[in-house]
Amino acid sequence: MALLSKLATNEQHGENSPYFDGWKAYDNDPFHLVNNPNGVIQMGLAENQLSFDLIEEWIKRNPKASICTTEGMESFRTIANFQDYHGLPEFRSAIAKFMEKTRGSRVKFDPERVVMAGGATGANETLMFCLADPGDAFLVPSPYYPGFNRDLRWRTGVQLLPISCKSSNSFKITIEALKEAYENAQQANVKVKGLILTNPSNPLGTTLDRDTLKNLLTFTNEHNIHLVCDEIYATTVFDAPQFVSIAEIITNDEVTNRCINKDLVHIVYSLSKDMGFPGFRVGIVYSFNDDVVNCARKMSSFGLVSTQTQHIIAAMLSDDEFVEEFLIESAKRLRKRHEKFTGGLEEVGIKCLKSNAGLFCWMDLRPLLKEPTHDGEVTLWKLIINDVKLNVSPGSSFNCPETGWFRVCFANIDDQTVDIALVRIRMFVDGNNDVKENGVAKEKQHWKRSNLRLSFSNGKYDENVMSLNMMSPNSPIPHSPLVRARN
Amino acid sequence: MTIKIEKRPTVGLSKVATSDTHGEDSPYFAGWKAYDENPFDEVHNPSGVIQMGLAENQVSFDLLEEYLEKYRDVARCGSGISSFRENALFQDYHGLLSFRKAMASFMEQVRGGRATFDPDRVVITAGATAANELLTFILADPGDALLVPTPYYPGFDRDLRWRTDVKIVPVHCNNSNNFQVTPQALEEAYKEAESKNIKVKGVLITNPSNPFGATVQRLVLEEIVEFVTRKNIHLVSDEIYSGSAFCCSEFVSIAEILESRNYMDSERVHIVYSLSKDLGLPGFRVGTIYSYNDNVVTTARRMSSFTLISSQTQQLLASMLSDETFTQNYIKTNRERLRRRYEMIIDGLRSAGIECLKGNAGLFCWMNLSPLLEKPTKDCELAVWNTILHEVKLNISPGSSCHCSEPGWFRVCFANMSENTLEIALKRIHDFMETRTIIQKH
Repeated sequence: MALLSKLATNEQHGENSPYFDGWKAYDNDPFHLVNNPNGVIQMGLAENQLSFDLIEEWIKRNPKASICTTEGMESFRTIANFQDYHGLPEFRSAIAKFMEKTRGSRVKFDPERVVMAGGATGANETLMFCLADPGDAFLVPSPYYPGFNRDLRWRTGVQLLPISCKSSNSFKITIEALKEAYENAQQANVKVKGLILTNPSNPLGTTLDRDTLKNLLTFTNEHNIHLVCDEIYATTVFDAPQFVSIAEIITNDEVTNRCINKDLVHIVYSLSKDMGFPGFRVGIVYSFNDDVVNCARKMSSFGLVSTQTQHIIAAMLSDDEFVEEFLIESAKRLRKRHEKFTGGLEEVGIKCLKSNAGLFCWMDLRPLLKEPTHDGEVTLWKLIINDVKLNVSPGSSFNCPETGWFRVCFANIDDQTVDIALVRIRMFVDGNNDVKENGVAKEKQHWKRSNLRLSFSNGKYDENVMSLNMMSPNSPIPHSPLVRARN
Repeated sequence: MTIKIEKRPTVGLSKVATSDTHGEDSPYFAGWKAYDENPFDEVHNPSGVIQMGLAENQVSFDLLEEYLEKYRDVARCGSGISSFRENALFQDYHGLLSFRKAMASFMEQVRGGRATFDPDRVVITAGATAANELLTFILADPGDALLVPTPYYPGFDRDLRWRTDVKIVPVHCNNSNNFQVTPQALEEAYKEAESKNIKVKGVLITNPSNPFGATVQRLVLEEIVEFVTRKNIHLVSDEIYSGSAFCCSEFVSIAEILESRNYMDSERVHIVYSLSKDLGLPGFRVGTIYSYNDNVVTTARRMSSFTLISSQTQQLLASMLSDETFTQNYIKTNRERLRRRYEMIIDGLRSAGIECLKGNAGLFCWMNLSPLLEKPTKDCELAVWNTILHEVKLNISPGSSCHCSEPGWFRVCFANMSENTLEIALKRIHDFMETRTIIQKH
């Protein structure tokens, strides 16, 4: 039988990572409040579902934005026929404007530099194709998004060299670590073509401060390597410090403006996280390098955004009033959800890395590890999936240099589900604590666990949830007297 | 005060970025530029360049609009409130099941029910451009080659070669047998690759063919299948014009060949389809790969993460294409209108003294202007092309941009304009030919 290519037969698609095993557990037994309350709760998917109502309202008010409604149909023919890889001019303008707004209008973006790609997935890959040859390398601070292993490496043949970040300084990227990684590469004769940052960070949920960004930029500039900033979580910043985009650094800072070679700087953007539209595949490459803009644009033929989608996005994002309202409200809701979840975790003694952005938090479960090893982490993770029934993502799948950290997503579920997740976590931690306090044999722990399972299945668990709802001041039930009293 | 930065010497980009394999320097695209600078418009610019280099299908939009008008609630393309959220969140690379079912069903109808398609083998990509590149990544390693019969769609130079670093080895076809692929030509191309130590991984055909506008005969398809089987290589059949065959029964899909042999040894065959030509929706980026090879389906699906179809568009088309009353009528009417257009242009050209290759499909015809060439060379062909572009003000595509080994042939599109505009174009050609005859007589 005719063989397939090496690309097709290697494992670089990355689907055998544990990142996906949790998803499989969820797919086999998905939680549903009514139909499957004992199922696995999906907390491994970084989606933003908190503000759809605002978008749905806008769509109702603006039927013309869709080419299938009576009001919008007159555009159908032109839109369906338009295949220019520059994209609809109004789409590019709207995206540029939106990018400005999400950066507090502190910097301007040029619509002529907005290039489409098949989601951020496509955008990241396209930039690799433009900036690096097979065998070249990009430095990436770890922990990092597992998808990078596929997106940046699979078809491009580019290598990823992680820069270890440590919990002892809150996983901040240090110049020393960067230098070390760079020098190691030089010694191994690997050509480093650039550095890729995710800011705000996935999985940490933190933003890079101005000084760090400047230092990183100085380093890449001095070594004449590219700097790619994946800013797809820009709008998920809900707390101080304010988000600082690389665009601001190179545009607004006079010194930087003078000394930095802008041809080395590129931004990846998308609407999948900020707006919650992963299905629409709106990825953007924004480069300050004219050649890269031209090249990426040609490559965008392989992953253009459907004009149907360009059309509706253009209308939505050029509605200034809506955008402003959305940005404020979305940030508010994310902050609230973050507080609720991290607060609930704190109550049972679980700490998270202090974060101000993202759709997730970076949970410190080191105290729960039987042993501070990769195996220890995997064991704990399997326990969480199978017994606690939460799909969380183990730090090892993010290439985290330390064991015991887990990413937990909180913006893709409703308040009630968050409560249930917190109850399950509490029960799990309590069960664990009992063992620790009593020093009792594993049997008891096993009994506790199976008791948990029993209680899940015979409805006792649901009672716990109900009582939580009634008692908690954060009750999701709007008519709760406690909530009213607070207001 | 903004401080101007000195432009430093270009920092290193990749080899892919600095090569010209993107193909945009070909005359195929130069003609488009001339059009962009001076586009014809019946009212506002009646002496502008008429675009006849763009293979678009604009003859049946009214049918689509009618459907939307009637079923806009059913279409649920985002205006249905409860479905918007689920739709916007749906990023599963399997694609909407309803969409895959609808595509499979549509592909069956286009083939008059002579082949069956399994929705689970439908892989979604953002256009046929992406589908062809993706398949190339999967079937061939950098440095390997695909055999492609000439002349072929100029975009293949980019789609199959640019980022994949795969080569195209041409299979030369000529007018002696109406440009049909022969086993000898395939064998010659294969040997040529071998002599250069290039590994051939597959054959890629377009059926119906671009640029001819003709379906590939059953016998030829069988010979191609026999060839790829013997060499143990893959076969990609790009069937994006299948719905544009003027007469349904004249189009034979590779799927039918496989079905007739009970799918024996069919794992080497893969079909590319798209809605850009048949439905006239190039903006929506709807491409599919249909493979009979499970590994290819799995891998293609994983790779499609880089190039998925917008879930909004999947939803709209799932509704549209699962409405059999609509699709049956559309397919039939579209074929009929394209046939009429074809006859109109053929008659018009003939009365101007120009012959075309006999066609029966597609959105274009393959025009023979070799009598106009001073010498049968590529340069003379380009000279004629230049004249037609700048004096006659028609953007047509020279055969050399399609890698045709015989100079003097041109692809002329006829479905991307109104009938009025086509009349005007034919008149311009007529006048041009008359002038040339007068000049020649003197």
